[in-house]
Amino acid sequence: MGKRIVLGAVAILLVIAAAYASFYVAPEERTMGLVQRIFYFHVGSAWAGLLAFFVCFIGNLMYVWKREPKYDWLGVAGAEVGLVFTTVVLITGPIWAHPVWGIWWTWDARLTSTFVLWLLYVSYLLLRTLIEEPERRALHSALFGIFAFIDVPLVFGAIRWWRTQHPSPVIMGGPGSGLDPTMRKVLLFSGLAMCVLMAFLIAERYVLEKMRSEVDILQREAEAQ
Amino acid sequence: MTSLRIPATGLRFENIDKRYGGLFALRRVSFEIAPGECVVLAGRNGSGKTTLLRIAAQIVKPTAGKLSFPGADSTPSANGRPGYVAHATMVYDELTAEENLVLFARLQNVENPAARAEELLREVGLIERRGSLVRTFSRGMRQRIAIARALIHRPSVLLFDEPATGLDPLGITWLANSLREVNRARCTVVMSLHGESEISALATRAVQLDAGSVVADTKSGASLHSILTFGSA
Amino acid sequence: MSLLSNTAILLGKELRTEFRSRELLTTTAVFILIVLVLFSFAINPGTEEARQFAPGLLWLAILFAASLMFQSCFLREQTNDTLSSLRLAVSDPFAIFLAKLIANTLFLLMTELLMLPFFAIFYNIPLWSKLPALILVLFVGSLGISIAGTAISAISAQARMRELLLPLLLLPLLTPVLVVSSLVTGSLLDRDPIVQWKGIGFLAVFDLIFLTALWLFGEYLLEE
Repeated sequence: MGKRIVLGAVAILLVIAAAYASFYVAPEERTMGLVQRIFYFHVGSAWAGLLAFFVCFIGNLMYVWKREPKYDWLGVAGAEVGLVFTTVVLITGPIWAHPVWGIWWTWDARLTSTFVLWLLYVSYLLLRTLIEEPERRALHSALFGIFAFIDVPLVFGAIRWWRTQHPSPVIMGGPGSGLDPTMRKVLLFSGLAMCVLMAFLIAERYVLEKMRSEVDILQREAEAQ
Repeated sequence: MTSLRIPATGLRFENIDKRYGGLFALRRVSFEIAPGECVVLAGRNGSGKTTLLRIAAQIVKPTAGKLSFPGADSTPSANGRPGYVAHATMVYDELTAEENLVLFARLQNVENPAARAEELLREVGLIERRGSLVRTFSRGMRQRIAIARALIHRPSVLLFDEPATGLDPLGITWLANSLREVNRARCTVVMSLHGESEISALATRAVQLDAGSVVADTKSGASLHSILTFGSA
Repeated sequence: MSLLSNTAILLGKELRTEFRSRELLTTTAVFILIVLVLFSFAINPGTEEARQFAPGLLWLAILFAASLMFQSCFLREQTNDTLSSLRLAVSDPFAIFLAKLIANTLFLLMTELLMLPFFAIFYNIPLWSKLPALILVLFVGSLGISIAGTAISAISAQARMRELLLPLLLLPLLTPVLVVSSLVTGSLLDRDPIVQWKGIGFLAVFDLIFLTALWLFGEYLLEE
């Protein structure tokens, strides 16, 4: 309990510091101006989201191997937290894109891949609601999670290739190319802050799922009597 | 019905646990069945009989504990796997009786699948309907084809879950006779049954389950009778 | 060796049951036909845009048809619990998947080939210049759809709302196949057609990766 409070406090402080850094420390981008500062949260969330899905994948693999409920809890925690962060990516992307390019959605390779990723993990969570029996739910969703995760590089590869075939409406050197050193530092810092926040949220969600599963067993026992 | 070449194989449950959603379907089930025994599993609905049979058939993995077949060849060969008759027929409705048996014979590397299928069709009394789709069969005929499928690879252990279901009195007599023959050939038989019948008369031992645990295990005639009549209400 | 012989025996069973009723093949073929006709109302065929959209529409129709076709794949084994008797009979459960995915690929390819002439006529697209390459793309694409689809149908068969769940799980997973197959097919049907070997290679890699995943994890899908 104590550890989680400390982790939560650290996560919140880091996020506040990252917000300060991205508004006051990072230099203003010449052409895009103020709105470009959303970039630090946008990219930071993308990293945290991917990492959370990786945590889910590890949980899925471990569940299939060990069949211990705790790995199922880790899987669902990773998937839900990953979804939260990719949702942030999908919302901040258009907010950034609209004032800069004049369109909300660009079918940019990275944004589109993130969207497909988001759909895959929404399906993962939906699958979990549609299987009643706990062991089967854990096993089948773990296996789908494994298939979904190995699909991720294929989705990225396919969509990148697709984009190079259709010339993109916007010419832009991707962020990270020729990035100002201060911008890079702020980006790395806000990425770190997002990942700590992600770890905190996964820990919280894991404990919640653990309690939920214990209540579920008690309920079943009561019904069986 | 079955050739005498099969090795006598027993069945050993060691501390078998099976949990579904945290609840115990079976708890610390331990007993051993000697080669050639004919055992009745008794108990109420939901006492764990079907789960135990499915674990013995290796369809369901126990949560904990160990299942073994003492006396079986060390290599798990074709007839090392128990024959299993369940509530469902476990054969294809859209194939004919003969096609079903040939299919399962070939999958299990039975020598001369067509001849083996014909032999079994004759024994279960379906030879005249060999070319009919199982879909067109009556409940009793389905049970006969289900039993034939379980016997196709000449198993040394037979597991029956309520084998008398759907059989008419004539069918029950037929089943009792075939089981007697199989058992005489040193084939171990484990079956779950409700109440006494011609079939339960073959049993030399009764094991009673309640709420997933063994509550009685007897070989004496009187208590066998009482378990069969009162134990499986 | 027993994996191959078991697969061959099971494939024979799948083909025999299907060709006896031809239910899957006819319904899927008619479904693709309906979708192609309906699409033509949505996009005004004969125009230059329609020509550009056509390959994508074809693959979308195939994807939807596949997600209907695979519904019964494992559901059929549940009616009489034949999945259990198969698992007891085969020495390697991968044979069950292998037989089913080969059968699914064959069924899918057959309906596609049946529908291809209609597609060519409706959308006024000459197929003949690069027909072997087109069939190759249809094959590697359909193989990928069948591998993933067979795995997912084993999951959806045991869940609630399975008719909706199968496409829901399968379609996002197949995004790479849809994207690449449509592109490669598109450049094959262009005014000056080219074979995009890179794309065909990508589809083959997709097939290989998912086949390996199915080989590694498939048996757990069949656990009770």
